[in-house]
Amino acid sequence: MFTLTNHTGVDLAKMLKGGVIMDVVTAKQAKIAEAAGACAVMALERVPSDIRAQGGVARMSDPSLIAQIQKAVSIPVMAKIRIGHTAEARILEAMAVDFIDESEVLTPADPFHHVDKNALKIPFVCGATNLGEALRRIAEGACMIRTKGEAGTGNVVEAVRHLKLIKGEIAALKSMTAAELKKFAVAERVPPELVSDVKKAQRLPVVTFVAGGIATPADAALLMELGAEGVFVGSGIFKSKDPARMAKAIVQATTHYNDAKKLLQISTGLTGAMAGLEIANLPTKMSERGW
Amino acid sequence: MIVGVLAFQGDFAEHIQVLHSLRVPAIEVRSLEDLSKVSALIIPGGESTVIGKFLQESGVGKEIVRRVALRPLPRLRPAPLPSRERGASLDSAQKNSIPLHPEGGGVAPERRGGGTESLIVYGTCAGAILLAKKVTGKNAPKTLGLIDATLERNAYGTQIDSFEAELKISGIQKPVPVAFIRAPKITHVGKNVEVLAKFRGEPVLIRQGNVMIGTFHAEVRVSSEVHKLFLAMTR
Repeated sequence: MFTLTNHTGVDLAKMLKGGVIMDVVTAKQAKIAEAAGACAVMALERVPSDIRAQGGVARMSDPSLIAQIQKAVSIPVMAKIRIGHTAEARILEAMAVDFIDESEVLTPADPFHHVDKNALKIPFVCGATNLGEALRRIAEGACMIRTKGEAGTGNVVEAVRHLKLIKGEIAALKSMTAAELKKFAVAERVPPELVSDVKKAQRLPVVTFVAGGIATPADAALLMELGAEGVFVGSGIFKSKDPARMAKAIVQATTHYNDAKKLLQISTGLTGAMAGLEIANLPTKMSERGW
Repeated sequence: MIVGVLAFQGDFAEHIQVLHSLRVPAIEVRSLEDLSKVSALIIPGGESTVIGKFLQESGVGKEIVRRVALRPLPRLRPAPLPSRERGASLDSAQKNSIPLHPEGGGVAPERRGGGTESLIVYGTCAGAILLAKKVTGKNAPKTLGLIDATLERNAYGTQIDSFEAELKISGIQKPVPVAFIRAPKITHVGKNVEVLAKFRGEPVLIRQGNVMIGTFHAEVRVSSEVHKLFLAMTR
């Protein structure tokens, strides 16, 4: 059996289940998110759609902004770092944030390695597009996995793709022989015992959320129906016309995802979702960052 | 008996898994209709601000308060009174109630179905906060006020201060492995509250009448002992 090192981090992710984690740039936005029912907030320098529009290098948020957010809310505060940027991770650990997102939404810092997450006490959430990538992150110490989706697009198709791929690959392990499992572990560069744990449990050993392109309550409900354990919303809240209302609607839809009547109520009259982008025309695909 | 686990947000799946391991029928509760099917309820860990909002807006919170207040009938009492109409017999049940023993022992809940029976409730972490009479700390949610205790939210600190422990719990022989995750502290208990476990001299599992709260999570470890203790409150 594969041993997860950060037990309490894995536990905290379980407490977030069924909830919505919202991207916020300022303390004011964090308060709106908390009041709307977010189960955690994610502090970052710019929301993904602004990073796309403005370009340039996207980095960890200014610690003073994160500190203001920590002061403003009582729910867990997460913050993003660049892929492989161990120094940004140590700074956030020193600030005692509750969770770190090693995120492809920011510009990657290390072309060879992700952060050695087992070496830090703060739990990490990492993005994945398929099972192998999810397992590599878990082996490095990630306490929570989310799909990458295609952040900042308001287009949910990549999040659906990644969740279905992960689920499908987990199901496919069932019919594999011992030799095939070993081959999979070698090809994906992951510990064989982790692969056999997942085959047996038919799920990842950590909580799995979805992220990337979620813009409406129906998007959240779709992904929950497909087996997501919770939802990250980036640009979808604060790039909508009425952030407080959109935030509340997505929280409601995430809880009542299997109640079509409730979903109808929640979605009716809710205009002003963020504008969307066609993924085929994007100059940068954030989901291709990391490996 | 069907046990409900409040499933607005949080680690409700873990509680249901423990209940299933004990072969107890368990359902997720998200509405008044769900609540009417159960005679015991667990409010799980999660974010108390989130679960609190759903409790308020759905009316489920109010209904929990109403049903916890229903006095269970004494166990050995002959079946009540000629009039069998639901409303009438309920009234008589309330009039004939006896004061609750702190352990809830010696009494059996009424079993009429349809959400008219008395409810027992167990809250873990966020659930404990939502059941307390008073909560301190910033942005505290409105609570149901069903147990005479004061809780301080996130009293140990942020996630970096979360920890694991083995607890000695009264009524359970072996120490129970548990996790304290951004946990609250019970800073005050009323005189009718029974303390079932302490950690570093402070109460972490308490009970009063139909309600038990713990600031820790046993459901994320293998143990089902605390759940057995809770379910015993119905017998």
